Amino acid sequence: MKKIKILVLAKQVPDTRNVGKDAMKADGTVNRAALPAIYNPDDLCALEMALSAKDILKNAEVYVITMGPTRAAEIIRESIYRGAEEGFLLTDRKFAGSDTLATSYAIAKAVEKINPDIIFCGLQAIDGDTAQVGPQTAEKLHFPQVTYAEELLELDSTKIVLKRRLERGVETVTAPLPVLVTVHGSAKACRARNAKRVMQYKHARTATELQEETRDYTELFNKRPYLKIEEWSADMLQANEEYLGLSGSPTKVKNIDNVILAQKENKVLTASDQDVEELMLDLLKSRVIG
Amino acid sequence: MKNVFVYCEVTEDKTIADVSLELLSKGRKLAEQLGVKLEAVVITDEAGETLTRIQDFGVDVIHVAENKELFPYRTLPHFKIIHHIFQEEKPEIALFGATSVGRDLAPRIASSLRCGLTADCTSLEIGNHTDNKTGKEYKNLLYQIRPAFGGNIIATIVNPDTRPQMATVREGVMKLEEATEKKKATIKKIDTTKLIQPEDLIIKIIDRHIEAQKVNLKAAGIIISGGYGMGSKENFQLLYDLANVLGGEVAATRAAVDAGFAEHERQVGQTGVTVRPKLYIACGISGAVQHRAGMDQSAKIISINTDADAPINAIADYAVIGDVLEIIPKMIAYYKKHSK
Ligand SMILES: Cc1cc2nc3c(=O)[nH]c(=O)nc-3n(C[C@H](O)[C@H](O)[C@H](O)COP(=O)(O)OP(=O)(O)OC[C@H]3O[C@@H](n4cnc5c(N)ncnc54)[C@H](O)[C@@H]3O)c2cc1C
Ligand SMILES: Nc1ncnc2c1ncn2[C@@H]1O[C@H](COP(=O)(O)O)[C@@H](O)[C@H]1O
Repeated sequence: MKKIKILVLAKQVPDTRNVGKDAMKADGTVNRAALPAIYNPDDLCALEMALSAKDILKNAEVYVITMGPTRAAEIIRESIYRGAEEGFLLTDRKFAGSDTLATSYAIAKAVEKINPDIIFCGLQAIDGDTAQVGPQTAEKLHFPQVTYAEELLELDSTKIVLKRRLERGVETVTAPLPVLVTVHGSAKACRARNAKRVMQYKHARTATELQEETRDYTELFNKRPYLKIEEWSADMLQANEEYLGLSGSPTKVKNIDNVILAQKENKVLTASDQDVEELMLDLLKSRVIG
Repeated sequence: MKNVFVYCEVTEDKTIADVSLELLSKGRKLAEQLGVKLEAVVITDEAGETLTRIQDFGVDVIHVAENKELFPYRTLPHFKIIHHIFQEEKPEIALFGATSVGRDLAPRIASSLRCGLTADCTSLEIGNHTDNKTGKEYKNLLYQIRPAFGGNIIATIVNPDTRPQMATVREGVMKLEEATEKKKATIKKIDTTKLIQPEDLIIKIIDRHIEAQKVNLKAAGIIISGGYGMGSKENFQLLYDLANVLGGEVAATRAAVDAGFAEHERQVGQTGVTVRPKLYIACGISGAVQHRAGMDQSAKIISINTDADAPINAIADYAVIGDVLEIIPKMIAYYKKHSK
């Protein structure tokens, strides 16, 4: 029986939900170093759906692609700890400044090397909330897409049945393979790390990471070649440079304004009984409440 | 050529979605400013009454694609039709609602046409642009304005070289305004039989059922909203108590929703619901720009926050500085004392 290849697209994102006071530099740009980098939450749901697809099919393998800087290799290790077989890091200066169109072009070129039957990605990444990379990657690959998936209902080697969570209800669809699925944050949470896999893979490194290590990994990697995390450059993807990075990004940031609030004329009150009573009387008198 | 296009989404009950009517209203203003036409696209099984409704918005041309395969919405056949129309008509600007349909469809179109798309804009304006590398000047671009990155910045995005300039906008962000002068639109029917191929119909819908949203924040005149500063789900009960006595609905920030204090459907802001109540009480909310984007049009705003410098205070009519857990019970008590 043919082996089914399942691919997860996962992104490392700054944790924008915990933005502290030092998150912005004086020049108005984002101080990424001040933000913890996390596994994009929706992508963890996508990983779970991929792993449960593997559980159903038995004869399947789960791969992960992430595009980002060297430290994004953490995403691949994390995915492997939770049950993925292997990951690929797309990393190259030429990818810098990519908007969603250029990102999906690079990712699609990488996907072609793997040739998967099902792709799971998150609905959206919390650093931009665009939800565009999934459908754009599907278009580049000429894959049909199922967005907003919440639950995997049925799967065999020819088709997948999914429940979608929409604004006002749910929809169940059946799609033939190959297909790209974007997974909603309301889907099942990802399983925990597997302790054995953590022991087995904690030394997994990319070539670039190895250069930064003080300890010599040569012997370990000779013995356990599966610890090597593949890095793919633009050249290795045979990508057209015009479509990458800034030049491949039709959207340009014209300017960024730090948020300066126009101060409204307001009444400042305290928590004292007198102040709160005055507030409620004001609201009643002006008929805002009552 | 070079006109403003709005994708008109057909709802379950075969009417045009509010967000599309709002975009027609905005699209008309953009078209007037550019001196071009406003065109609508409707894709469904039978357009019927929707065409009358669209004409309330001063539309010049309506492109209509009717075929039983086109309702309910599925990605590929709708994609095929829009792709075809945009290739023929070369729009200057194309607007989509940031709904589960618009956010499914617009990125696929942008990818196939290799053009830029900006998600969830909170404001759209026309303006000029000079590229600071090449010095090239561009006239009358669409400024696609959206908050970004933790609410600390507002980014203005432009697509200088690719067309259409595409954007999605959430429901409630633009004002719904019918045209003062009604005019009759030209109807252009699209031959769908040639466009839709069997491979576009491979995804089958097996079941759909509508679960109406339980909470209706948009209809609420008074909203009591809680943030991460509420501290716990149990403390959120105080907000329900206040909402009960004042006759309002409870909302939340994303931080509060993420922390599990409230359900997702109560989230107000850029990635939640946009509300314009007559009174918005912000309890333990810092006032990040993504949150304010969904509530700063409220007629009156009260903020309750321990931090006198919280950004929310700057847009509040009343800033109460203190512990929300202490203040809300007092508000309830004084309301009861004086309301009778
Ligand atoms: C792309 C993107 C989209 C987003 N979309 C949304 C959105 O749609 N809606 C949204 O809300 N957010 C959104 N956010 C998140 C937003 O940036 C903020 O993180 C969020 O709004 C903060 O919520 P908060 O005010 O509840 O929490 P915090 O910022 O943590 O503020 C808590 C506040 O409570 C006060 N406080 C603490 N204890 C008390 C007390 N006992 N009494 C009174 N006050 C107290 C504190 O002083 C503080 O001001 C988005 C972010 C991104 C990056
Ligand atoms: N740099 C990236 N590397 C891997 N996957 C990505 C990347 N950017 C986006 N994705 C995938 O596309 C989804 C939507 O991202 P976005 O369009 O940025 O909201 C994410 O949830 C990921 O699954």
